[in-house]
Amino acid sequence: MISATKQVSSLESKILALSEKVGNTPIHNFSSALIGNNNIKLVGKMEWMQLGGSVKARAAYFIIKNAVESGQLTEQTILLDATSGNTGIAYAAIAKEAGIRVSLCLPENASIERKQILTELGVDIVYTSPLEGTDGSQQVARELVKDNPGKYFYADQYKNENNWKAHYNTTALEILNQVPTITHFVAGMGTTGTFVGTGRRLREINPAIRLIAFQPDSALHGLEGWKHLETAVVPKIYDPAVADEIIEVTTEESYDMLKKVYDIEGLLLSPSSAANVAGALKVAATLTEGTIVTVLPDNSDKYSEVIKKVLKK
Amino acid sequence: MATIIIPTPLRKFTNNTAKLQIAGGTIESSIKELTTNFPDLKRHLLDENGRIRSFVNIFVGDEDIRDLQQEQTLVKDDTVVSIIPAIAGGL
Repeated sequence: MISATKQVSSLESKILALSEKVGNTPIHNFSSALIGNNNIKLVGKMEWMQLGGSVKARAAYFIIKNAVESGQLTEQTILLDATSGNTGIAYAAIAKEAGIRVSLCLPENASIERKQILTELGVDIVYTSPLEGTDGSQQVARELVKDNPGKYFYADQYKNENNWKAHYNTTALEILNQVPTITHFVAGMGTTGTFVGTGRRLREINPAIRLIAFQPDSALHGLEGWKHLETAVVPKIYDPAVADEIIEVTTEESYDMLKKVYDIEGLLLSPSSAANVAGALKVAATLTEGTIVTVLPDNSDKYSEVIKKVLKK
Repeated sequence: MATIIIPTPLRKFTNNTAKLQIAGGTIESSIKELTTNFPDLKRHLLDENGRIRSFVNIFVGDEDIRDLQQEQTLVKDDTVVSIIPAIAGGL
């Protein structure tokens, strides 16, 4: 009898073994001193507590796992993507353990720590114009793929369905398990994978949950990881039907919240995590009661320049 | 005339122009001239007190104006001023 069991390659086995290091992040319950209303709970998922130190472990893992299983990514091809840093670090952390090569297109003005980490993880970095942000990096990545047929697996986090599916299959279910009383899910948007994937699943399971997305107020914001969709190239995976509402958060509000969270909670967050908290408290101000859940994409480890400036205030 | 380079995300507000000529003087007067000519740029570059927003990166040549004389940094005829966006594209 012919066995129907699929032969699992050694690369697939290595990737599967890493699943325990991705997701299942703990939660932080913010204090009423920060929220200012005893009838409202605010819960943040501490997404830096996984492989590579950010929320991006989820999307990167799903993208790589799917590409390996479908044969698009092998030990002979190179994983290529455009990234401002966190996705790149997540790719690199997974790839290093699995023995996959990684090339990343990165705007030249990405933070020093990110460049150092990527270099130490063995990534081949292609620097792109600081004037054009990650939209420019995407353009360079597309040209590399076009000019070198067969050399790369272009992960394309902005278009890759496994980006939002990672959150659909993990983040949303973890939230429902950890915070079953959730009434609102709120998060900022960059590739939009976290908000779209998590929101879509939460709505399917409990349509009463309100889904509120955050945006920077300007094209020139300081919220690394966020995208001002009005002036940027809109990611293909973005689904405008998911958000019940979109609220603006300014960089100044994020920096003020970063300091406040440190003073009250003792947590040193990244600017985008602090922006999610700032946005969540704007939502809280409109409610009499409820349970708001957000994600805290990463902590302050990679933002020494910002942290120094903010804590000095 | 000095040159000011507009980053891609802001070109929507400068009729898609990437390079503009400005009279020079200081960074403060140059940005004022820029936002007078293109008023939609104002909220992106300046705070409610008319100061350059703290996270907006402005370079004169290769140097950040924070390491020079900040808003009082001189802009000469051959100076190239760049407005550099923060990195975006994560979550």
